Parts: sequence; C-alpha cells; structure tokens
Amino acid sequence: MEMRNEPKKYRYHPKPQIPPNMSDIVGIEYNRVTNTTSTDFPGHSSEENAWDLEEFKKNLQINISHLAGRSTNFDLINIDTSIANAFRRIMIAEVPSVAAETVYIYNNTSVIQDEVLAHRIGLIPLNVDPDTLQWIDPAADENERFNDANTYVMTLDVSCSKRDNVPEGTTDPKILYRNSSVYAKDLKFVPQGRQEQLFKNSPVAPCDPNILLAKLRPGQEISLRVHCILGIGSDHAKFSPVATASYRLMPVIDIKEPIVGELAKRFQKCFPSGVIEIDENGAAYVADARKDTVSREVLRHEEFEGKVKLGRKRSHFIFNVESTGAMSPLEIFLKSVRILKNKADYLRNCPIGQ
Amino acid sequence: MSEENKDITMEAVEEQEYDVDKIKLLPGLSEDGTAASFQIIDEDHTLGNALRYLIMKNPEVEFCGYSIPHPSENKLNVRIQTYGNITAMEALHQGLDGLSALCTHVEETFNEKVEAGGYSVIEP
Repeated sequence: MEMRNEPKKYRYHPKPQIPPNMSDIVGIEYNRVTNTTSTDFPGHSSEENAWDLEEFKKNLQINISHLAGRSTNFDLINIDTSIANAFRRIMIAEVPSVAAETVYIYNNTSVIQDEVLAHRIGLIPLNVDPDTLQWIDPAADENERFNDANTYVMTLDVSCSKRDNVPEGTTDPKILYRNSSVYAKDLKFVPQGRQEQLFKNSPVAPCDPNILLAKLRPGQEISLRVHCILGIGSDHAKFSPVATASYRLMPVIDIKEPIVGELAKRFQKCFPSGVIEIDENGAAYVADARKDTVSREVLRHEEFEGKVKLGRKRSHFIFNVESTGAMSPLEIFLKSVRILKNKADYLRNCPIGQ
Repeated sequence: MSEENKDITMEAVEEQEYDVDKIKLLPGLSEDGTAASFQIIDEDHTLGNALRYLIMKNPEVEFCGYSIPHPSENKLNVRIQTYGNITAMEALHQGLDGLSALCTHVEETFNEKVEAGGYSVIEP
C-alpha cells in the first residue's frame, strides 16, 4: 500500500469557488482546511442573508440523542458558530453553582497541607440546587457576609485510630485502622437558621461520596468547617457546573467515485467502525458520518485520491455536556440560553454613557 | 426551575436597576451617529461575537467588529458603521433584540424536544 507522508510539491492555492450547495461545508484536505468562515451576511453574495427571525425559526432544528442524569448529547442545526459558542462558553464559565469557598481549619495533623486540603474540598461538587442560594455581597463586612440565605456550612471531623483484635500479619490500613481514608462523604452538613426546615429531608451532600480527600494514620486528625457559596466558573473552575461542555461539527464524507471490491474494504478500514458499510454490490457507502472522528486517515492513501472529499457541516453542532452532578445537563443548557438572553435584554435597557 | 422561582426572577427583572457604567460611547463617532464605537464593561467574546454576528446580519449595517482591547481588562469594544438609514445605536439595539428573540426561540424549541421524548435516558 502506497503511503503518502509528504505533499508532492508546493502549490498555489487560489481562492476556491465554492458551489452554492457546498457553502455550508468546511473542507478538510490532506494538510489544510478550506471554506472556514461563515459568509451568510448581507452584501456577501447575491442572496439576501438578512437576519430574519421567522426564517431562523423555520430552519432551526434540535435533536436530542440522549439526556441522562449526568450527561447529554444533542444537535443544534442551522445556527451560527458565534451563537453555539456563546452557549458553550456560558455553560462552562457563567452558569452559577455552589462550592466550598472558605475553609476554617481548627486542626490538621495529617500529612496533607492545609491549603492543599482546602483546595481539594473546594473542588468537590455538591448536590444542591444553586437556585436555593442567594449571592454573597462582597462589599459586606466579613463578620456579616455569611447568613442562612447565602451560605451552607459543612464540617469535617475525623481522627484515625488503631483497631483492636486485628489478625496477625494484616497490612491493609483499612483493616488495621479506623478512618485511614477521609472521603467526601465525611463532610457533614450543619443547617443554619431556616435551613433546618428547608433541608429536613435532603441534606446538602457531595454528589460523589467516595472522592478521597486525605489519608490518615493513628493519632492524626482533621477538624475543619467549610462555608459553601454561590459562584461562577469564570471566577474559579470549582464553580463550573460542567465537567465538559463541548461541541464538534457534523462530519461529511462525500464519495465522488464508486469504491468497490478489495478497495472498498480498505476504504472502510480508514474510518471508525460503523461509518462506512459495503452494499450487496461490494460498493462502499457512508452509513453513519456522525460516528467519524475525521482522522483524515483516508487522505494518506494515494489509492483514494479524488475518490472522496472530507468535510464538516459548519452549521451542525453536536453538543456534549457532562454535568458535575449538582444540576441536570438539561438545566445547565437551558440556563445558558437564559443567561445569554438576559445579557442582551439587560444591555438593551442600559443607558449609554458618554 | 419551579413556578415559584420563575415569578421571583420576573419580579427581579422589573425592579432591576441598570448600571450607568455598563456601556459607554467611545470617542470617534460620526456627527450623524451612523458610525460609533461602544465599550461594554464585564463582557467578553461570549456576548461580543454573538452580538457582532447579529449586527452584521442587518442589511443597514456596513461594518461591525468587536475587540477585547486587553486580556486583563474586562472590556469589550464594539464598532458599528451603517449605510446611513439608521444610527449605530439603533443597529446595536436591533442586534440585542434579535439576540434576545433568538434565545427565546432556542429555549422554546429545546423544551418542546425534551417533552416530545424519543431519546435515550441512560448514561452512554
């Protein structure tokens, strides 16, 4: 099999004439991408392209592939990159969530340093609806800043001790000692004021109880108090409600000439399984372009030159959102849309200063 | 969000006070107001690029661009020049209205799709 590692020679790349039906496809070639920018603006071509809400309503498509407790995958079709990217950025950096902000350490004789332990506690996702908290007033005096409407208090009090009657020769610290490992579940919620009533049946707790915070040995102890507040990801990543929020563009595989027989089998192997299938006549066809990773492996083989064109659909976004656990991914996305809308509405009513 | 919370947000919007320093005009506007630059505080590419897209979609707008003048200052500059039938400020407001209506429609469509079902609810 001929492998092509180097382009043959430099060539001049004139501005490509993009046929109208291809204007929505970002071309992916051996060592370059083409047609990367949106051109759907008035004055750019003979088409009008003016903003038209009714047209947008007609064209916008949303398909949800899965929507589970911790993750979702959905397609936004016929929307511009600038809008899709705004939703993605807001999900990561501007949708509020609750995390530990201040850790008051009374005693820490473990080997993990105070600031490292405080940092680890900060990163634990808490299973609490952010809408139940109000924002902290940063201007308030530190003694009056925290109250039952804007802060959840948790405590962590563990000490490690030797267990009696352990069989001879045991080396497992979990059997030898009590509390040899400190987990997120050891954080205990201490309701303040009205919270006693509000959280009678569902105390604030970490989403994942088995996150390891520290390891202890007999005689060591940790005693601390945590204030958990509302924040946003642009202030600190611990406030981000998502583990990931990303999109990719829909892959397009355009087979230009029939690929049959042995060649079809080799062609199929250039793609992840399920992308290319072979029909009863032995010809390769695109079964599911969505599964493609666009590795461009097929472009490395000279035998397929001119037979296939790779691309991505510029207006077809495949979103993948994974929640840290506090909010459903559906809620996170809907909040991002509302936040963008609020930004626009707020600015619309703002007086413009000189 | 529960019904109760929705009401609270609605009230909050009505009572909202607007920050007089949020957006200001930068030097360099034309006498007739058809070309102007705005500076918005505490916004970034998230709003900047989305707003630029909607303003550029306006056939009355000749040019629209945005920049973050310095990465450690939370400022967003937006430049708008129109062909002369509307002012830059009107183009900005039309862009903001368009963005707001777009978001409303995305939210409605998404909610419809969630209610319609037909998707997997188990973690992949």
